[in-house]
Amino acid sequence: MIFIQLFIEFFKAGLFAVGGGLATLPFLYDIMNETHWFTVRDLTNLIAVSECTPGPLGVNMATYVGNLTKGPAGGIIATIGLVTPSVIIIILVANFLQKFKDAKIVQNIFYGLRPASTALITCAMCLVAKTAFLRLDLFHKTGQWLDLLNWQHLLLGVLLWIGLVKFKKHPVIYIGIAAVCGIAFQL
Amino acid sequence: MKQLLDLFFTFIRIGGLTFGGGYAMLPMLQKEVVDKKKWASEEELMDYYAIGQCTPGVIAVNTATFIGYKISGILGAVFATFGVIFPSLIIITIIALFLQNFAHLPVVQHAFSGITVCVCVLILSAVIRLGKKSITDAAGLFIFLLVFILSMVFDLSPVFLVVIAGFLGVFFCWLKTRKLKGERAS
Repeated sequence: MIFIQLFIEFFKAGLFAVGGGLATLPFLYDIMNETHWFTVRDLTNLIAVSECTPGPLGVNMATYVGNLTKGPAGGIIATIGLVTPSVIIIILVANFLQKFKDAKIVQNIFYGLRPASTALITCAMCLVAKTAFLRLDLFHKTGQWLDLLNWQHLLLGVLLWIGLVKFKKHPVIYIGIAAVCGIAFQL
Repeated sequence: MKQLLDLFFTFIRIGGLTFGGGYAMLPMLQKEVVDKKKWASEEELMDYYAIGQCTPGVIAVNTATFIGYKISGILGAVFATFGVIFPSLIIITIIALFLQNFAHLPVVQHAFSGITVCVCVLILSAVIRLGKKSITDAAGLFIFLLVFILSMVFDLSPVFLVVIAGFLGVFFCWLKTRKLKGERAS
């Protein structure tokens, strides 16, 4: 039964991939090598699609691969397989935390975790900023410092920032504006 | 039941409007879950992210499960999780069925470059909000810088860094209480 196999493979990916969506990728390569359900070209396409559509990366990947393998039902089964371990583990952790959240030791641990969590998110932001604002290939080719920064993107970024600080609207409004600017100015 | 549906639809909104994975979801969560619904505090959100980093699975799903469980138990966890994955299921299925070359369409690529810039700006504002709450003293700043450098420069695994930060938290709190006791004794 390919559905059961699909569920089990993605259950494994969900159980062992620690650190978010992109950590799922090596598992997808494994699944590909073992089962030949899809090709390397499918995988590259899948990364591009997962990144430019809304939703968590890992979930997008699972849905896409499942679809390639066994149509829409395959997409649903693969995704449910991927999230099942998360749901079980987090319910256990949350249950434990609810019981012990007032314990001194747990509070002290979180006192250390919060700055660390902020730092890890800052790192993720730096990686996005690198692809959004730097043009490393062009810089390597020409060696001109002016080519290092993507000035159009930087200008858009500054304008969005001013809008965000000033009007404090819902994030989706700024995403919409950015998408329209991207299309209008061929960014 | 009303609360479960509220969870489901709120997380459909969050899942359907987030581009670029779990971290990009943070500004959306702050707006919907902390500001609007008041289901969790800023600090709790940070705790969920820290735990989501070092437990297996997709961070966005882990965070949704946490918030759902906190609001209405196991059923809440299931509804919130189903909500956050629902838009992906629909959108990706349509793309996989009809638009195999979706990601290579020029209009999608242009829109996506604009969105990437915006995601960056949104995460920056989310980070500043979190930083104000999480980095309150010298020890906090030390942990922040240590984890940032170890992750950025040495590319160490988040699991390892989160565990170290937990130990450092306990250590610094122990130092503080010892200092307090010392002051009281003298």
